Formats: sequence, C-alpha cells, structure tokens
Amino acid sequence: MAVDIIVCVKQVMDPEMPASAFRIDPDAKRAADAPGIPPVINGFDENAVEAALRIKDEVGGTITVLSVGGGHAMDVMKKPLSMGADALVLAQDDAFAELDARATARVLASAVRRIGRFDLILCGRQASDWDNAHVPLGLAEILGLPCLAVAQKIEVIDSSGVIVHSVTQDGYDVIEADMPALVTVSNELGEPRYPTLRGIMAAGRKTPEVWSADDLDIDPDMLEPGVRIVDLYAPESSRQVELVQGEDEADAGRNLAIRLREAGLI
Amino acid sequence: MVDVLALGETSGDGLDPITGELVAAARTLGGSVAVALLGDGLAAHGEQAAALGPDSVLLAESPALDGTSIDAYVTAFEQVCRSASPGAVLVGKTPLGQNVGPRTAFRLGAALAQDCTAVRRDGETGEVVASRPVYGGSATAEVAFTGDAPPFIVMRGRVCEPAEPSPSTDANIIRVDVEIAPSDIRARRVESVKQDIQGVRIEDASVIVAGGRGLGGPEPFERLREIADLLGGAVGASRAACDAGWIDHAAQIGLTGKAVAPDLYLTVGISGASQHMAGCSSAKNIVVINKDADANIFQEASYGVVGDWRKVLPAFIETVRELVT
Ligand SMILES: Cc1cc2nc3c(=O)[nH]c(=O)nc-3n(C[C@H](O)[C@H](O)[C@H](O)COP(=O)(O)OP(=O)(O)OC[C@H]3O[C@@H](n4cnc5c(N)ncnc54)[C@H](O)[C@@H]3O)c2cc1C
Ligand SMILES: Nc1ncnc2c1ncn2[C@@H]1O[C@H](COP(=O)(O)O)[C@@H](O)[C@H]1O
Repeated sequence: MAVDIIVCVKQVMDPEMPASAFRIDPDAKRAADAPGIPPVINGFDENAVEAALRIKDEVGGTITVLSVGGGHAMDVMKKPLSMGADALVLAQDDAFAELDARATARVLASAVRRIGRFDLILCGRQASDWDNAHVPLGLAEILGLPCLAVAQKIEVIDSSGVIVHSVTQDGYDVIEADMPALVTVSNELGEPRYPTLRGIMAAGRKTPEVWSADDLDIDPDMLEPGVRIVDLYAPESSRQVELVQGEDEADAGRNLAIRLREAGLI
Repeated sequence: MVDVLALGETSGDGLDPITGELVAAARTLGGSVAVALLGDGLAAHGEQAAALGPDSVLLAESPALDGTSIDAYVTAFEQVCRSASPGAVLVGKTPLGQNVGPRTAFRLGAALAQDCTAVRRDGETGEVVASRPVYGGSATAEVAFTGDAPPFIVMRGRVCEPAEPSPSTDANIIRVDVEIAPSDIRARRVESVKQDIQGVRIEDASVIVAGGRGLGGPEPFERLREIADLLGGAVGASRAACDAGWIDHAAQIGLTGKAVAPDLYLTVGISGASQHMAGCSSAKNIVVINKDADANIFQEASYGVVGDWRKVLPAFIETVRELVT
C-alpha cells in the first residue's frame, strides 16, 4: 500500500532574518529583497516534507515536491530532495511572480493534474510571507479533495484512508478521510530531518522538471488577482516603556512588583 | 440581498464572542447587516444574535451541522451566501471560520483577505478595504478587492469591541433551508482529545505570565506558574519554548498560537518576534523581564526590567506574594 505524495513547497524570504534587515519597497508595495540573506523554504513546508518522509519510511511510495513561482533558487529548492524526496517539479514563469492565493491555488491545481497520480497532497499550514493559510484550502476545493487542516500527525491506515491529528486550541481532533486527500501540516509534527550526505549527493544528480504557464495551459484570466494591495507600511508602536531599576537585579525585581501594584495591575 | 453578511458562531448554549465582534465590524461598513448561524437547534442562539442588533439573523439548521465535519459547514455556508447574495462577507479567524471562510470563498469564486485587524469602506470609492498584518507582523497591508463576487474578510479575534446585546431589537429571524448530502461530508472527526487545563484558561485570563527560550528549560515554568497562581492568571509561552517541549503547545501565544488580550501580559525570556507579538499586542499592559535591553519586546512594553530572570524573578515573586496575600 505504497502511497504517492505531492508536497507543495513555497520559497519565501527568511522570516528569522533580523528585524533591521526587513525593508518595505513602498512603490512596489512588497517587502524588498534583503541583500545577502538567502531565501528559505517555508518552515511549515519543511514540516510537510518531513511528514511525507515519515509516511514513506512507514509504507513506501514516492514524494514529488511541487513549487510555483516567478523564479527559484535551486540550492534552496533542492533541500527537500536532499532530505529524501524523489522528484522536484517547478511551475516557473514570470507570470507566476506575484500571485495572490487564489491564482496560486489555480496554478498548483493545473500542475497537480499534470503530475497525475497521487494519494496525498501535503502543504504547510501557512506561508510565512503573507501568513495566508489559504492556498491549500483553495487547492482542495478546486481538485474536489477532502481537506484536513493543521496536522500534527498523519497516519495512512490502508490503501484508501488517512487519519490526521489536527491541532486544536486545547488538544487535537482525530479526523478521518478517504484518499486522495489534502492535508496541511504544522510545526507540532516535530523537527524536519537534516539532509544526509548521501541525500545531498543524490539531490545534486537530480534535475527538476520546469513547467511554464504555456506548458500548463494557463489562461491569463486565471492569474487575475482578486486582492489588490492599496498600501503596505510598517506598523508603529505607540508604547513607551518604563524601565524599573534597583540597586541590583533582585532589587529591580522587587521594585517591579511594587510598581505594578502602584499601577493597579496586580 | 444584504450588504454585509457575518458568519456568527455558537459556543455551547451561547454565542462565541466573535459573533458580537463581527456585528460591530459589519456595522462600520454601513448598510444592512445579517448574521448567519449554522448548527442544529439554534432557536435560542438566534434570539441572542438578534439582540446584538443586526438587521436580520439567518438560521441554517441541519443535523449534519453537529461539529463533526467542517465540510457540512462549508456546504451550508455556500448555500446561505447564495441565497443572501451579500455585498461582503465577514468571518472570524476561529478554528471554524478560518476553514469555512476560504473554502466557501473558493466555491463562490470570491477573493478573500485572511487575518484582518480592521475593515472600512473607502470614503471616496465606496469599496471595502481591509487591513492585515503580513510578513509575520513586520508590515501592515491594506487590501481592496476586484471582481464581482463579494469580498470575504476573515477578522482576527479581539480586534473589535463587540456589539453589546440589547433586549429591544427588531431583527428578523429567518430560517434558510440548507441541504447537506452524505456525499458532501469528506473528512470527519472521530475523536476529540483535550488537554487537562490547570487553573484559568489562557483565552479567559486577565493575567498571563509567559515564558520563552530564555528560560532555558521546563523547570522555570514552575516559577511562572507560581506567579500565575498568585495573580489568578494563566501560563503562556513562545513557540520556541513549546517547540523545545518545555510546555505544551496549547500554551503557545502568537500568530499560529492563541491570540490573547489580558490586562497584564508578563513575559520572561521572550524576545518579542513579530509573530509572537501578533498574539499579544492587544494586551493592555505588557511587562518584560529580559536580559537584553535591545530585545524587541521592550518596544511594546509598559514596564520592564533589564536583567537575568534567575536574579530578578525570585525577589519579584516574593514581593508579589507579600503584596497580594
Ligand atoms: C510562520 C511563523 C509563525 C510563527 N508563529 C509563532 C507564534 O505563534 N508564537 C511565537 O511565539 N512564535 C512564533 N514564531 C516564531 C518566532 O518567529 C520566534 O522565533 C519565537 O517567538 C522566538 O521565541 P522566544 O522569544 O522565546 O526566543 P528568542 O527569540 O530566542 O528569545 C529569547 C529571549 O530570552 C532572553 N534571555 C535569554 N536568557 C535570559 C535570561 N537568563 N534572563 C532574561 N532573559 C533572557 C534573550 O535576551 C532573548 O530576548 C513563528 C515563526 C514563523 C516563521
Ligand atoms: N507558490 C507556491 N508554491 C507551492 N506551494 C505553495 C505556494 N504558495 C503556497 N503554497 C502551499 O500552501 C501553503 C500555505 O500557503 P499560504 O496559503 O500562502 O499561506 C504553503 O505552506 C505551501 O505548502
């Protein structure tokens, strides 16, 4: 009961970069590229790759990594291959550079159809650029698949069923669906594995499939944005901190408690 | 035909607070406001929603709307939207709303803005404009919508003052027939596993004591629990502390954790990454204990001590104990 898995992976700017390196390009209304800070694979997508690898370790099968974008940094995109994924498909075209969630889902759906056979599509729960948590839900709707969101555990029960532990506010829900299905993955799943040397060598030998808008028969209408960015700016904080001092750190701790009492906060 | 349709939510015998928040947000857009409620046995909830002051309440009832499958809610909400043909749709960023909103929008071919903190109608053009934090909270985007389908706006919780219930209301309560076929149900909940919660629920706490990577291990969280117990509060954490396994993920505050708005949010060893602040910047007072004077969290704090928690905290706890007991 080997399963074929497609993992949707987005290349994003590094969300852990220092706050001082983050700049807004006010004319383009987007985050400016941070010089010297390479892009990364969206963190939750690495969790999704890890989830796929665990399933493959357990029951066998194949893992195809799929990404949509205007351009891709090959060393970044090959990371899932070096972790153990089998193939990489890049839907890459200038027309795919700044797509909104709806258009992204449409392109992903076309690429999934072209890949053909699959039992599971795994996505990250959200991409750390716009934190949309929207593309996978749309992809599931377009393809008519069951959609199981925010998994911390995925179990393939037989050749046709999947059980997911879905993170809730105070625990998790156990959700069942038939395959093929789409599952979004969260960091609660656990750390993604590190690439092995053998994996890195194998990844080096693999060439990705690269598909353009034409290859995918994408009609420009499909890419029309539904959301128009009117403005993009840095939020300002209006608070002014009062630093509480003392003779030493312990004294400062004492004074903090007293100050909070005076302010009526405790 | 309504101008703004808000997806209300129930919680046991009552309404989830998001319902009142969405009614208030919908009011600011002007025009007629309808609240939709999806569930099984909604008569009492319908009255409560009417008291929040919308023009109408749309009740979609079906035994399939029992909470076991989100698919049933998507199917029902699509039908409610088609019958009400709203000019705009507001949904809460709740476990239900953040799934039902985007999926319904896709079925209607509508555009959607996720995780919005404000919504308004542009004075000149009359179009709906939503504000939302992006890049983990490092930037704010204002977005408008194109196309003929109604824009969907997913509102973050606790960013609007909720509409107050009032006993006198002339809202129409209308039942909307929805049909949910067995084949509509694709994913089904078979079990719900809940953590035992010690003390106050984080969501309800007026005091939260939160710890981060700077605590260095699980034991210091016991000290935070002591403070929380003294102040009748709850213990929260950054994602780094949860990922490290020092405390359960249910304690995570932030963009992908819980959004809270306590009177007092006391943090120890948290740097204040934008994704963390996304969950707590509505707190009335943020108080910081951090050894790094340049940590971002000081910029959003009202009070703070620059110091090592190992030295600051014992005296702080002792003094709090003296003051409150
Ligand atoms: C898409 C996405 C979603 C995310 N969602 C969330 C979320 O929901 N919630 C969340 O919290 N994070 C989230 N993050 C992670 C976030 O970016 C940060 O990595 C995380 O919040 C850092 O946690 P921290 O402040 O505990 O750790 P750090 O940033 O490592 O900060 C530790 C702090 O402790 C201080 N410290 C160290 N030792 C001491 C000492 N002895 N005494 C006093 N202070 C000390 C240090 O000065 C430092 O400021 C998300 C990230 C991404 C990309
Ligand atoms: N351009 C893309 N290429 C591949 N997968 C994507 C892309 N955009 C989004 N996804 C997938 O959808 C998830 C959620 O993205 P979003 O809805 O943008 O927050 C991501 O974690 C990816 O798994």
